[in-house]
Amino acid sequence: MTEEKKDFFVSDISLSYQYTAGNATTRFLNKVAEGKLVAQKCPKCSAVYVPPRGSCPRCGVATEEELELPDTGAVESFTIVHIPIPGNPIVPPYVSAMIRLDGADISFLHLIQEIDLADIRIGMRVQAVWKDKSDWGTTLENIKWFKPTGEDDVDPSVFKFKE
Amino acid sequence: MIEAAVIGVGQTKYEAKRRDVSMGGLVRKAIDKAMLAADVDWDAIDAVILGKAPDMFEGVMMPELSLVDAIGANGKPLLRVHTAGSVGGSTAVIAASHVCSGNFDTVLTVTYEKQSESNATWALSPKYPYSPHINAGAGGYFAPYMREYIRRYDAPENIGWKVAVKDRLNALKNPLAHLQIPGIDENMVAETPMLWEPLRYLESCPSSDGACAMVISNKKLAESRNAAWIKGMAVRSEGTLSAGRDEVNPQGGQDCAKDIYDQAGITNPFKEIDCAEIYVPFSWYEPMWLENLHFCDLGEGWKLTERGATEIEGDIPFNMSGGVLSSNPIGASGMIRFGEACLQVTNQAGDHQVDGANVAMGHAYGGAAQFFAMWIVSNKK
Amino acid sequence: MKDIYILAYAQNPIVADAKAANEVELIMPVVHQVFKQTGFTQNDIGFTCSGSCDYLQGAAFAFVEGLSAIQTNPPIKESHVEMDAAWALYESILKIQMGDAETALIYGFGKSSPGDLPFVSTLQTDPYYMSPLWPDKTSLAALQAQLLMNKGLLTKKDMYEALTQSISNAKNNPNALVTAMPSEDDYLTADYLSSPLSAFDCAPISDGASAMIIGTEEAAAKLGLQKIKISSVHHSIETSNFGARDLSTSESIIGLGKKINLKSFELDFAELHTQFTYEIPFIRGLLDLGNIDINLSGGPLAGNVMMAAGLDSIGKSFELLKNNDFNNGLAHASSGPCLQQNMLVHLEKIND
Repeated sequence: MTEEKKDFFVSDISLSYQYTAGNATTRFLNKVAEGKLVAQKCPKCSAVYVPPRGSCPRCGVATEEELELPDTGAVESFTIVHIPIPGNPIVPPYVSAMIRLDGADISFLHLIQEIDLADIRIGMRVQAVWKDKSDWGTTLENIKWFKPTGEDDVDPSVFKFKE
Repeated sequence: MIEAAVIGVGQTKYEAKRRDVSMGGLVRKAIDKAMLAADVDWDAIDAVILGKAPDMFEGVMMPELSLVDAIGANGKPLLRVHTAGSVGGSTAVIAASHVCSGNFDTVLTVTYEKQSESNATWALSPKYPYSPHINAGAGGYFAPYMREYIRRYDAPENIGWKVAVKDRLNALKNPLAHLQIPGIDENMVAETPMLWEPLRYLESCPSSDGACAMVISNKKLAESRNAAWIKGMAVRSEGTLSAGRDEVNPQGGQDCAKDIYDQAGITNPFKEIDCAEIYVPFSWYEPMWLENLHFCDLGEGWKLTERGATEIEGDIPFNMSGGVLSSNPIGASGMIRFGEACLQVTNQAGDHQVDGANVAMGHAYGGAAQFFAMWIVSNKK
Repeated sequence: MKDIYILAYAQNPIVADAKAANEVELIMPVVHQVFKQTGFTQNDIGFTCSGSCDYLQGAAFAFVEGLSAIQTNPPIKESHVEMDAAWALYESILKIQMGDAETALIYGFGKSSPGDLPFVSTLQTDPYYMSPLWPDKTSLAALQAQLLMNKGLLTKKDMYEALTQSISNAKNNPNALVTAMPSEDDYLTADYLSSPLSAFDCAPISDGASAMIIGTEEAAAKLGLQKIKISSVHHSIETSNFGARDLSTSESIIGLGKKINLKSFELDFAELHTQFTYEIPFIRGLLDLGNIDINLSGGPLAGNVMMAAGLDSIGKSFELLKNNDFNNGLAHASSGPCLQQNMLVHLEKIND
């Protein structure tokens, strides 16, 4: 009898890290914990960043000025995810969309629900659906998902940056 | 500027799991082939330039340090490059820069990824306590841009399927390619599961183990060898979350292409470039890059794909080797594009050779379509 | 071959814990400082290159995040090494010499505070045979130090002198993290982390960033500042197989000393990338530096930002030449366990 030879073994590497979000993002997240979406504005080109990372890469300068944005916006683009991702609790199929908040110059990825998957489209108007206030923390997960508002679609040309 | 040429290209067989070799063994296989092709010995190698994507892919920090012996760098200068998905291309550019600077006669460059030794999805999607867990992998990230391309130019759904079929048919002519799918056709692609709309399973790249190496030299060695002369090379980068970026047609890609065409004296890339190895990890990136790289006007890319212009016999063959859609050892994927371009102009591409290829282009991109590296090679000095 | 000049250098005050600050917030202040020193904007920069390491913070793509500190509209010629930024400088020199750029911006940044650096560094060793044993960075250095002691090449007193000289020098460096001087008794009785090394012998865990601008002679002349030239720069690496190296010497460092022709000029000082006390007398001996001042800035023992500290040796040498009656400086950068990879740079003051 020959013993089956194994040509590999799994060796787990465990390292612990204390993650930090950055000073600018920390300010943003502390406001998210209060249910507010506070963007940052470039002092040179006036581009509005949300979520902010503290800089405008167009100009290479810090974004200090803060302004609160509404929790409404439009779908810049989207995908319908059909495969489960390991460690991701959301059950497919689901819509992952680039949401452009009203007044913002960049989009961020979030979910869209309360919609027939066949109806989702670029330019659709959406609004945030928040968790119960008692469940709020310093995370954009305070927003469960975005849902359609029923307003007329916007023309995708609005997503172009105007200096 | 001192002229540089690729005098040897070496690639491993690309597979999902190369359990027959260690990481050192994997890179050494590519290196041995490149040095054999270049007909050089270790004495001729003045420096080694290694590139790969994030260290966390394999769980080895700064792996060049432990690969020193395998890559023959002991006692030599060694540089380690990491520029995300474009790294294979930018590593080639930096290696060539060693020669073009006049400091080195001949250098060895190698790139690799051994994804089977770790969990790349984990490495790419760490769970930060403050970020929503929406990330659905690279496909999920890029799918919205492909959808926006389709919307802008009203492209039919089957364009993506056509690219998926064309690159896999090419892969059947390349024994090193990872995916070998005999009998693949549009129906087969269309029947595979949807992953991230509009992308189906067979419209996405595989995850591969593999390595690619090149020997680059100045005229001292290149003039006596079957050399691919570098006529233009460039890199460009853009910040990730920058207002005004067009992710569908990034300015960085346009500028980088324009730069290498100017260096190579190319005014009409569609006519003057005989074939191109372009980084297409998802089917729709072929028409998108056809436009971004100025092979046609905006909105015309999908029409070139539709009429077969990018097939091996077409006007501008793209990804004769099967491309990233057929083999994707991430850190090496860019260098494979650059190396395959060299194989074409030196008539060494075997069954996937384009007849009479004299001028070829290699291209790589990475990050959020924000890092670009490209070069033009020719068999004429 | 084109001559290369250092035009500007800046370093953040080194801190033990940069707290919430992200890559952008570490990098942007130093980049703005070197722009201020030169009057440049990003539009005046021909090539940009950075050095960083993802494992320090435990998140992939640190350099991608960091790039947001830089103006990238229009898109820039840019690259990144997963190494100390001294090698980003090296790559930038090649780009200027080949004629692809007239100037270059280099930056390095590191945030070691979020993880356990000595253990994180273990992942630099061979993944099949070595790292499963978890030899931490300090223990590997201790092997080398002990060997030097056994061979009679090093004493605890040498190490203590290296420490006190560094800390005393650091008092003149406003960016230094460590300026507290231990007594000889405290030093000699301190618990070992790995014998013969105690915490006093190790560079402190540090967070920070540094930036530099280099350029051609024409670019330097236009600025009208004191010209500091990179007269020679070479680097090399040795095997990772500790058993195949004689750890009581360094072929890499000795070889580089010959390559930069160390004996051909009168050296005023050396800034060495020494992360452990013993490395200072060790390299002094290897390069036959006699009683030349080493680490007038305090060096890494007074503050050691991973991925920037090698560039800092070069930057500090630039400052020393600029601000003092010195003509020739030597800078050293290193990477890997037991000084596996090294770079030597000869900097020279050019008087027109």
